[in-house]
Amino acid sequence: MAVVFERTKGLTDVPFHYCPGCTHGIIHRLVAECMEELGVLDKAVGVAPVGCSVMAYNYFSCDMVEAPHGRAPAIATGLKRALPDNVIFTYQGDGDLAAIGTAETVHSAARGENITVIFVNNAIYGMTGGQMAPTTLPGQVTQTTPYGRDIKYSGNPVHVCEMLATLDGVALAQRVSVDNNLNITTAKAAIKKAFKNQIEKKGFSIVEVLSTCPTNWGLPPIEALGWLRENMIPFYPLGVYKDIDKGEGKENG
Amino acid sequence: MSERVLMKGNEALAEAAIRAGCRHFFGYPITPQTELAAYMAKKMPKIGGTYLQAESEIAAINMVLGAASAGVRAMTSSSSPGISLKGEGISYIAGSDLPCLIINVQRGGPGLGGIQPSQADYWQATRALGHGDFQILVFAPATVQEMVDTVSDAFFLADTYRMPAMILADGMLGQMMEPVEFKDEEKPRTVDKPWATTGTGGKRKHNIVNSLYLQPDELEKTVVERFKRYELIKEKEVRVEQYMMDDAEFAVVAYGATARIAKSAVKAARDKGIKAGVIRPITLWPYPTKVINEAADKVKAFLCVEMSMGQMVDDVRLAVNGKKPVNFFGRTGGIIPTPVEVLGEIEKMAGGAK
Amino acid sequence: MANNYNFLLAGFGGQGILFAGKVIAYTGMIDGKELSWLPSYGPEMRGGTANCSVCLSDEPIGSPLVLNPNGLIVMNLPSYDKFIDTVVPGGVAVIDSTLIDKQCGRTDIGAFYVPATGLADSENLKGLANMILLGKLLKETGFTSIDSVVTAMQKCIPPKKQHLLEPNEKAVRLGMSL
Repeated sequence: MAVVFERTKGLTDVPFHYCPGCTHGIIHRLVAECMEELGVLDKAVGVAPVGCSVMAYNYFSCDMVEAPHGRAPAIATGLKRALPDNVIFTYQGDGDLAAIGTAETVHSAARGENITVIFVNNAIYGMTGGQMAPTTLPGQVTQTTPYGRDIKYSGNPVHVCEMLATLDGVALAQRVSVDNNLNITTAKAAIKKAFKNQIEKKGFSIVEVLSTCPTNWGLPPIEALGWLRENMIPFYPLGVYKDIDKGEGKENG
Repeated sequence: MSERVLMKGNEALAEAAIRAGCRHFFGYPITPQTELAAYMAKKMPKIGGTYLQAESEIAAINMVLGAASAGVRAMTSSSSPGISLKGEGISYIAGSDLPCLIINVQRGGPGLGGIQPSQADYWQATRALGHGDFQILVFAPATVQEMVDTVSDAFFLADTYRMPAMILADGMLGQMMEPVEFKDEEKPRTVDKPWATTGTGGKRKHNIVNSLYLQPDELEKTVVERFKRYELIKEKEVRVEQYMMDDAEFAVVAYGATARIAKSAVKAARDKGIKAGVIRPITLWPYPTKVINEAADKVKAFLCVEMSMGQMVDDVRLAVNGKKPVNFFGRTGGIIPTPVEVLGEIEKMAGGAK
Repeated sequence: MANNYNFLLAGFGGQGILFAGKVIAYTGMIDGKELSWLPSYGPEMRGGTANCSVCLSDEPIGSPLVLNPNGLIVMNLPSYDKFIDTVVPGGVAVIDSTLIDKQCGRTDIGAFYVPATGLADSENLKGLANMILLGKLLKETGFTSIDSVVTAMQKCIPPKKQHLLEPNEKAVRLGMSL
């Protein structure tokens, strides 16, 4: 019988702790498959964040370092400077990358640090139980915006790819989603490109992946995917915000 | 042996680190340690090393964490307010059992404080450099030469015990020039690091550098194991200088730049017929508790002198354990105690103890 | 003056105070003495008052901070006012009288008034008033030999600026002749 699908060697044989319906699992698999397909698993070092994916170090089969909250890009910088021929990536959530770690994110991008950043944006703080994230949508109800996010009071959401696309050191800034098969295919291609860019020493590559949080959004998994499509994608349009191979500017994908 | 050269403390620290095999420096400018970073910026590119100016002290210490994870000798340097920012990262580095070297060229605090020499970060270095149960190795050299000699030991012991090491200097030691000799080791002493995250190479299970243990029993176990290592360090790695202590009736306890002033004062006291000596802790953690406790059986009283409102004096009192009176004299805010002031305190102690 | 020299040099930033101190420190290296050089540092260095402490001794240096010098060079009025009374009895004060229009009332020290800045201008030694004063300090204290000073200046002047050695030496010798 022909094998059409195999578990990637990029993941360990440890069950994920993620909630049912959470798309972290898909994103983990895509990252692991890309590294395996590029043949870099044995020289990859990943940096796990603080947030739901804090224990990502147990799931990826490559060497892993667990970072303080928001500091993953700084740790990746230290790793990359010490191991320039290895493949270094961070895996971060929205609170980690776009709130407490904004300085590390922006400056590693500005330096053109030759690393790959996987940014999982689910518009909420998952691990601590559903508080407002820097990417929480206007009007979105969370534990700390119980009447909906009032942007006049709580400020505006951060559009990470749009912001980083303005920096010279960035090789790739692309926003993708994993809410359906077509988008998952696009997401995988983007992640692979982000790793290839590093191998080819092109600079900082970030792939922002829109993700669901059924538990804290208070929705069943299928409805959560629908909520992502109806609310997140219009506010955070998918597409390539910067690709040094194709010149500047956004192409909707 | 190489020739004697005249160097600023900050630059000498940098050169010593390079000679000890450090090729990865991450920092952020702050007075009065900036010459160290500037020296690294000049030298590192010429020897294939990394000098990277981070966007913040927080980023710098985490770059150190990353480089240390990769198994290389990594360091950062700063001064008091910057060290506070590094506190988070230092806790994580300790909790991840990573070695590194941190230099603190202390200045007056709290807050932005001042830029003149101070020793007001003693508690921070020995008690509370970040959250959680942990210690770091803390060295307190008193001359530019001793700073140079300490760097290689600090890296080696940090590697050996898998923990951060700090050299606690101050603005005076960092800014002053003194003659130094670099004792050229044939090759820096190194320690195998099979735990480093350098890529599995397809030859081993993945290495994980981590400080997270969600199960309390597991976390307790890792902390207790670490503290067993600390006990070993307390037994083996204490360093202390005793100056004119053989027949001393009065002991002045001081470290770093202040110990130099204490020595001048003790000499002057001897000229006046007061048998005084100096106990100079060279390691502040582990602390020379035993030496001080034993001295308490011989001397009549102690005087602790610091450039602070009295921080190390806690450790002196703990060591003396009530056997003899412990006096304190300190100047703070960037004021350096004078030998005349310290002599006055010694005379007071000698008079009061009669 | 025994073998312990505790010198304090003070003036404005840019007058070469730290450089003159460095030259003195280097003579200690050449003479095989113990020594220390400690500058003031921080924002006051940018155009404000600069000073440095230099200790030369046969024994290890205790405090490198000179509070009571036995040799003082002053090149501005604020430093003169601040430090002239700190000189130990029997000590030497070398005062740039072009810039400091004051006479010291102390009879327990050797006060020497050298119009160094004026001389530097008239003798085509612009910017070398510091070295004229150093020459005078050398003459009055004998802390080292002129040979050591010349060797020290070779060390302190960067390789690209070695042409400045000659005027520097001239300035020191001029100071010694006064």
